Amino acid sequence: MNRATFPHFWLPLLLIAPQLAISAIFFYWPAVQALYQSVLREDPFGLRSTFVGLANFRNVLADPAYLNAAQVTVVFSLLTAGFSMAIALLLAVQAEKVVRGRGFYRTLMIWPYAVAPAIAGMLWLFMFNPSFGTLAAIPRALGIRWDPLLNSSQAMGLVVAAASWKQISYNFLFFVAGLQAIPKSLIEASAIDGAGPVRRFWTIVFPLLAPTTFFLLVVNTVYALFDTFGIIHAVTSGGPGKSTETLVYKVYNDGFVNLLLGSSAAQSVMLMVLVICLTAFQFKYIERKVHYG
Amino acid sequence: MATLSLNDVRKSYGKTEVIHGVSIDVEDGEFVVIVGPSGCGKSTLLRMVAGLEEITRGTIDIGGREVNKLEPRERDIAMVFQNYALYPHMSVFDNMAYGLRIAGIKGDDLKARVGKAAEMLGLTTLLDRKPRQLSGGQRQRVAMGRALVREPSAFLFDEPLSNLDAKLRVSMRLQIKDLQRRVATTSLYVTHDQVEAMTLADRLIVMNKGVAEQIATPMEIYDNPANVFVAGFIGSPAMNFFPARIEGGHLHLADGSQLPAPAGVSEGSVILGIRPEHLMPAPLDAEGSLSVRVLAVETLGADAFVHATLGDGDADAIVFRVPGHDRPAEGERVSLMVEPGKAHVFDAATERRIAEA
Amino acid sequence: MAEGLVGTSRRSLTLAHVLLILGCVIVAFPIYYVTVASTHSLRTILNPPLPMLPGPETIENYREAVSGGINRIGGVGVDRLLLNTTIVALGIAFGKIVISMASAYAIVFFRFPLRMVCFWLIFITLMLPVEVRILPTYKVMVDLGLIDTYAGLILPLIASATATLLFRQFFMTIPNELFEAARVDGAGPWRFFKDILLPLSATNIAALFVILFIYGWTQYLWPLLVTNSNSMNTIVIALRKMISFADADTPWDLVMVTCVLAILPPVLIVVLMQRWFVKGLVETEK
Repeated sequence: MNRATFPHFWLPLLLIAPQLAISAIFFYWPAVQALYQSVLREDPFGLRSTFVGLANFRNVLADPAYLNAAQVTVVFSLLTAGFSMAIALLLAVQAEKVVRGRGFYRTLMIWPYAVAPAIAGMLWLFMFNPSFGTLAAIPRALGIRWDPLLNSSQAMGLVVAAASWKQISYNFLFFVAGLQAIPKSLIEASAIDGAGPVRRFWTIVFPLLAPTTFFLLVVNTVYALFDTFGIIHAVTSGGPGKSTETLVYKVYNDGFVNLLLGSSAAQSVMLMVLVICLTAFQFKYIERKVHYG
Repeated sequence: MATLSLNDVRKSYGKTEVIHGVSIDVEDGEFVVIVGPSGCGKSTLLRMVAGLEEITRGTIDIGGREVNKLEPRERDIAMVFQNYALYPHMSVFDNMAYGLRIAGIKGDDLKARVGKAAEMLGLTTLLDRKPRQLSGGQRQRVAMGRALVREPSAFLFDEPLSNLDAKLRVSMRLQIKDLQRRVATTSLYVTHDQVEAMTLADRLIVMNKGVAEQIATPMEIYDNPANVFVAGFIGSPAMNFFPARIEGGHLHLADGSQLPAPAGVSEGSVILGIRPEHLMPAPLDAEGSLSVRVLAVETLGADAFVHATLGDGDADAIVFRVPGHDRPAEGERVSLMVEPGKAHVFDAATERRIAEA
Repeated sequence: MAEGLVGTSRRSLTLAHVLLILGCVIVAFPIYYVTVASTHSLRTILNPPLPMLPGPETIENYREAVSGGINRIGGVGVDRLLLNTTIVALGIAFGKIVISMASAYAIVFFRFPLRMVCFWLIFITLMLPVEVRILPTYKVMVDLGLIDTYAGLILPLIASATATLLFRQFFMTIPNELFEAARVDGAGPWRFFKDILLPLSATNIAALFVILFIYGWTQYLWPLLVTNSNSMNTIVIALRKMISFADADTPWDLVMVTCVLAILPPVLIVVLMQRWFVKGLVETEK
């Protein structure tokens, strides 16, 4: 049956107006501006702007720095999503096994969720600071010349560690929920069929967890793309060199620091397309999830 | 206390008309049941009376006042819903008091009215409970109490018993009837269950595909169904139908058997309808009897229902009732007499009842 | 799975506990580390390894931080920073809940022209995060004079499709009959909202509140853009400024204290409201 509703006419418009107004002023207008800016070029003094068609996009795509940022983003996202999901899954599976202490473990596990990404970066920087970080002794003991602020891969390692660490809580909670949704009878049936614990995990539990895993993959990608801006800005500022400059960081840097308006706008538009694809993918997947029951 | 009248009430969704003009005058204190198969429009009709659906055409008057344009709360009605629709976060008392509070009734007056309704329904000890702590029957009674406490002009019931188990349904049915008698409030009750309809109603509206097929008392509908649909819908097991022809003063059935034709019916195709309880075993091949072959016997204890086919052919199965201890065997041939005056003759084209035989 | 059920042997159970304890140590260690660091003197911090137990400077460090120590490094007192961050976090949480409940209520319980268009307009904002429209949004803020204001910090962040979608989804699970019963009982839009919908939404609101409070508290890019004056900084931004201008004289002990103060409130909220938080998180996203 259809949804029953009130017969009022003006009231609902009044109720929805605030959200529409804010969306229009702070979302749609700027997005349209970004589109508009992306086909203009301003002279160095910001006095005149000329229509340049897709030139900004061509320039951006031909710019080695942009391609570098894209590559950095892919590496950073893959590593972050991979590490945080793998660790979270391992821990969630262990948490499903234990009864005593489960609440205690969960309480400790969710802390990082509440830590701002930028602060997560700072925490890892404190621990691994080459001059006073206590844990800097570990890489040194392994014979590594430790200086994450000067060495590219060490810098990447540090931001990946901080970003993955922060995301473990989130992934852990979702994997636990996903594991709890798997009917116990299926696992018992496979045990009766003679499958050992490892086999049970890979043939029953892991496939049934696929919806959760897919979902987390999308969420973690979005997280690595956007929410980690704070980590990079606070820890490495995209350096050393441009070795940790992600796409979002570059949009910010080109727009605010280097004042390359057209280029920054073109990059924004390309990011927008990326987000739209990811969101569409996510919702398509959620549609599918209905069938999983 | 009020009368309730529907005058050519119609409902359309877009261009599709789903209620094709229903009219009835419900008297003050009368209990009218709307019965019909699912999708016949009975709930829509009730919801139009409640003000939950717009009325496309026609008028509805409650207590002599046209209510077409009034909000539900302005119509002075109370409604009992199929799923009870109790507010899950409120106690039984608050559930019953909610409508009164909105109407501005407070303090001792409120307590007295809720208390009185609770007492009538045996809910006094449950007033502090939340709906989730109640059984199905108790929830049903709270839903009734919520309607009762308002002392409205009319009660509207939308399949209120269909979520209860069979036993509880019988006892709630009696309670509803008793309660309605005591408060003497005009009531409109929707159900798909013909037993509920027959037992509760002062008058019945049998609906099919948006049309009120017949409006009459239960016994009148049972004895004189207006058409094939009503005849088949009311009565359990359902009436048996036979295609037949009237020729030369006789009813000719498909297997060749003949019955005397009713007077004043012109020759042509008809449908003969006979209720299972009006077919009685007779001596084998007696004059004017129907000969059937038994297919299956369902024993209920006191009674048994016999499924059989007319003649030896594979015509549609017919059902008749015999005493439980005196039932034929499967495959046996049996002769049946029709109780005089209890057969119904319907026009084959219009399906309207034209005579009894 | 319960102990002793299918295939959870004693050995694998022990292994599970070992792994979990290890996991908790890794997950909790960075927070523990900074907390311990905040209780030691600057000299101890600068001479690693840091002792793994709280030191004697706890009271001294925190007193100094609160009584102007942080003001000297960041140009603004820690009390002001905490106040700003609290205002922003609460403003975002309450604002978002109010706005998204109102629009979800309109979309679910009313029919009006362009209803679905409105819904899609809200939905599409999901695809326009701040990060993809940084400069033009900044320009809007400048034009509206919202730089260095609480409104500027809060307003652009309170229109979010996620909260509206959550409430819409929840409202749609309210049975039609409950709504109709309330109407027959005489409840209009306001009474139905206040007496029926709001109480039934309580757990959803609590869950969403926790998530949004964290969201507001941990904002970074936006406060970075719209605050120029130190006195309007949130604590996260202030902390980043302290670190980026670090030199030999940076009082790291006080930085550590600031860091703890920046982490503590949201962690407390998450831990204390764990039940709602977990439920809310898992349900908002699904």
